[in-house]
Amino acid sequence: MEKADIGHHISQQFNQELEDIRSKVMRMGGMVEQQLRDAIDALTNMDTSLAEVVITNDYKVNRLEVELDEECTHILARRQPTASDLRLILAVIKTITDLERIGDEAERIGRMALKFADGDTKDTKALVGIGHLGGHALNMLHDALDAFARMDAEAAKKIAKQDKKVDEEYENILRQVMTYMMEDPRSIPRVIGVLWSARAIERIGDRACNICEYVIYLVKGKDVRHTKVGDAEKEAREDK
Amino acid sequence: MVTTTNDSTRTHGLNLDTLGRVNAGKNIGDETLALEVENLNLFYGESQALHAVKMVIPQNRVTAFIGPSGCGKSTLLRCFNRMNDLVDGCRIEGNIKLHDQDIYDKKINVAQLRQTVGMVFQKPNPFPKSVYENVAYGLRIQGINDKRRLDEAVEKALKGAALWDEMKNRLEDNALGLSGGQQQRLVIARAIAVEPEVLLLDEPASALDPISTLKIEELIYELKDNYTIIIVTHNMQQAARVSDYTAFMYMGKLIEYADTDTLFTNPSEKQTEDYITGRYG
Repeated sequence: MEKADIGHHISQQFNQELEDIRSKVMRMGGMVEQQLRDAIDALTNMDTSLAEVVITNDYKVNRLEVELDEECTHILARRQPTASDLRLILAVIKTITDLERIGDEAERIGRMALKFADGDTKDTKALVGIGHLGGHALNMLHDALDAFARMDAEAAKKIAKQDKKVDEEYENILRQVMTYMMEDPRSIPRVIGVLWSARAIERIGDRACNICEYVIYLVKGKDVRHTKVGDAEKEAREDK
Repeated sequence: MVTTTNDSTRTHGLNLDTLGRVNAGKNIGDETLALEVENLNLFYGESQALHAVKMVIPQNRVTAFIGPSGCGKSTLLRCFNRMNDLVDGCRIEGNIKLHDQDIYDKKINVAQLRQTVGMVFQKPNPFPKSVYENVAYGLRIQGINDKRRLDEAVEKALKGAALWDEMKNRLEDNALGLSGGQQQRLVIARAIAVEPEVLLLDEPASALDPISTLKIEELIYELKDNYTIIIVTHNMQQAARVSDYTAFMYMGKLIEYADTDTLFTNPSEKQTEDYITGRYG
């Protein structure tokens, strides 16, 4: 089955329930994306009020996760979904876990932004790399959610590969901040903050990658976790 | 994993793509086979009810047939012990082999075949006799009247059907006084008393309440150690719960046949997907 189609059940109510879940995931995804964008902006611009907003808004993401979990439980209990319906529910349950974690990382970056803005120096040199890295992770997340919305496994495969770029950029930042620390040991407390934020963003890339894997599972019924995406592609070709 | 081979008979009519998937737990190519259906066509008068069905039934496994009403699953089931011989105007082409013996061969003793391939129907149909006599019936027909042998066989069959503990003090009660679930298990005991190899179950639990249904399902699971079981059911969750392999039929054709895990999580045919997820095609 190549095409995932959530409509066309004989039960209209079931169509509606699945559609509700799907659109709620999209809403949660949009919310997390905004949180991450704001967190990165708050950090790079040292905008404390924006950081406060990110920190207080995290509960909204958490609430959506709980709601979605409950709705998925109801569908499992009442509808006993099979085949693509079952895979959709499983993909949703897993996706929202990763989204919630991304929300937590955004909140963490928000807290870093507050600390950073509180520091004595306003030296933003170390933050330049963070802006880039954050932009990459944000794009990955956006595209992963887009692939989920369109249930596009091919796109998901391409996006998952971008994680390598995020990892490389993270390594660059690592080297960069080490240089700062060696040059000026007084900068260490501040630079460690940058390091933690970079780490959080790198993890977001991994989680966006996970979401892509769930999309592939949802559409193709193949579990590509813990395999290289290249292998997954090879398998998909053999399958045709 | 499926071993690749050019010999198409090794695929046993199964979709190798489906079985070759990473998650497929079982492979019918590794199973010992009980029955082989080759190019089976069945006609009721002018109308064709089965179209070129080709499949194998593995030994000591539960194979489920699912599909909408009139898709031919019960017709196919009845082919395995030639119950269709009793239908006027029914004609069969192709063959079915039970351990390499063609069951439609003229030399086959049909009564003996039905003893080897036993059948249980949707509605429990015990005889209006005692519990004991119901189970002993098939043996008495075979001319066995020795009390001790009958006692042993009745106890063994009732234990096999998970009914002994409930019935050991009620062996002389009339079977019609039992509950529906007990009657159905009694009928299964009657079927296994003559020690068949294959058990055909035609909607065995559809007239039963959920608890009795679960008992029958549990029984099916236990029986597969000793028997090859083929079950026809309208209840897809039941097929998913009890079977090792599932065949989806539609309009007299075998659409997809795969291990149950694969068929219910990732079917390869759209018609299967539409049916098991409750979509209109």
